[in-house]
Amino acid sequence: MLDFFFGHYAYWFVIILLCIGAYGILFKKNLIKKTIGLAILQISVVLYFVSIASKWDATVTVMDPDIPLDQVANYLNPLPHTLMLTAIVVGVATLGVAFTLLIAIYNRYETLDEEELIDKIQ
Amino acid sequence: MIESHLPAYIALTFVLFSVLIPAFGLWRSELSHPIAVLGGGIAAGFSLFGFIDVINDGSIRYFFGGWEPPVGIEFVYDGLSAFFVLVINVVAFFVLIHSHHISKREFPGKEMPYYSLAMLMMLGFNGMIMTGDLFNLYVFLEIASLAGYALIAIGDRPAPYAAFRYLIIGTAGGTLYLLGVGFMYTVTGTLNIIDMAAMLPMLYESNAVFAALILMIVGIGVKAALFPMHGWLPDSYTYASSSSTALIAPIGTKVAAYILFRIILWLFGIEITDAVAPISYFVGVLACIGILYGSIMAIAQSEMKRMLAYSSISQIGYIIMGLSLANPWGFAGALLHVLNHAIMKACLFMISGQLRLKEGHSDISRFDDGYRKKYPWTMAYFTIAAISMIGLPPLAGFFSKWYLALGTIDNSNWLFLAVILISSLLNAVYFFRVLEKVYMMDPSKGQKEPTDAKRDEASASMLWPTGILAVSLIVIGFANAVIVGVLLDIFPM
Repeated sequence: MLDFFFGHYAYWFVIILLCIGAYGILFKKNLIKKTIGLAILQISVVLYFVSIASKWDATVTVMDPDIPLDQVANYLNPLPHTLMLTAIVVGVATLGVAFTLLIAIYNRYETLDEEELIDKIQ
Repeated sequence: MIESHLPAYIALTFVLFSVLIPAFGLWRSELSHPIAVLGGGIAAGFSLFGFIDVINDGSIRYFFGGWEPPVGIEFVYDGLSAFFVLVINVVAFFVLIHSHHISKREFPGKEMPYYSLAMLMMLGFNGMIMTGDLFNLYVFLEIASLAGYALIAIGDRPAPYAAFRYLIIGTAGGTLYLLGVGFMYTVTGTLNIIDMAAMLPMLYESNAVFAALILMIVGIGVKAALFPMHGWLPDSYTYASSSSTALIAPIGTKVAAYILFRIILWLFGIEITDAVAPISYFVGVLACIGILYGSIMAIAQSEMKRMLAYSSISQIGYIIMGLSLANPWGFAGALLHVLNHAIMKACLFMISGQLRLKEGHSDISRFDDGYRKKYPWTMAYFTIAAISMIGLPPLAGFFSKWYLALGTIDNSNWLFLAVILISSLLNAVYFFRVLEKVYMMDPSKGQKEPTDAKRDEASASMLWPTGILAVSLIVIGFANAVIVGVLLDIFPM
């Protein structure tokens, strides 16, 4: 039973982050906090991909003369990491657009609190 | 020679023009509209050529850099993607022509960034449709979404808030989709759709596959505005500028629906989708609730753009319902409805833009019978599109509903059939309400003709695209047998 928790601790960490992110998006009233929740949600998925590629006693994917290519299991799988470079860039771009929109909202309504904002729009 | 590179040409056209527009737009701002129309026209021409080529010679797989999958990445240009690319590029071409005057009025001086973003968004949508790789699909999804958020934020005063809500919900959906891709990658070790589809029968009833399917459907369902995930749509479409709405509304949700088609029917196949739980039926029930909810909410709206936005939620329900039936008639009906709804919604949103330009509002309660004198052609096109939306023969909208109904009868699914019939009646309620205002005399005013009604039709660059789309609804209605014949060949099983 304990092994189920401690043996998969990386995944539990990802699940906790995912829940924190979802909580921030759903329940926080401040739009900046919502954006932070969104960033945490994205990072949790990035960490998931990074953790599925980790491997004990394996090396980076640079050709090592001591490890011939027939022992290919001694190298890490580089693909999830490279995918996540793209996903991180996408996340940064999303945050950029989100903050641009927040600046536009603040300039028009002078508040970032969701309830006040809805009152002012109606 | 050109045929084998065609998928890359379509995507590259949009990349090229998204750069050309700022390059020329900084020099002469008024050049950005004709360049955008040229780009849209070239892409539409390529996609028409490509569609004919795919119908005659079979699908094209374009390997980037010559690396064959699963090592390399590819564009898959088969019947389904060729059809969707054709629909979205042709509709976008007409909307781009139409947006000339509206963009000048609603966001003067910002035409250059607007058209450049529109090109980037079209690149994202075309990439999503053509890519054969699940992770590239995520990247193109985010390209299209980020450009889309920016386009929605151009508009009325609350538009940035509507765009922000869409951003939060849409990005969360995209992230869930990415998590689903991660699950699929861990169990299959590949990201290529064709490669993965060949491996999935060995993973029948795997929990990871089931979880990935749910995550993907939820994530893409947000973009498609499937019923419980539709919350972002009405505000975004109402507050965004008329030309942004006319561009995004007919295209955006269709592309997300395409991904659901690709995932459920091509990647997983209907047997694996339903292996653990009847997912497809559940999605169909959600679509049904969405159809009824969208129609009822549309009746309650007095603003024309908001009414059309709710009607979009209801119409996307038809498409997803056809998918959930997973039989040839339902499939053909759903794809025909993709075509019809893209044309009808583009036409209706363009007309709402024209009315906003001329009258300064698009509030249905303030419409009167002077409109038919002032805008005879606009109102004629509105009538054609509205009647097609309701689904009266011989217009196009009737036939897609007809084939969907045949599909429900094939599966003996009487609940879905009843929903189609009830919602057609509800559609009639909210469109005839507008037609009544425009074409019937107001009894409280007595019999005298309105005096201030002089002919004040919109300019030709707006009237022609609307007219061509409206007339094409009649043409599609008469040519439905041919189109459905082509669509039935695409069906994968």
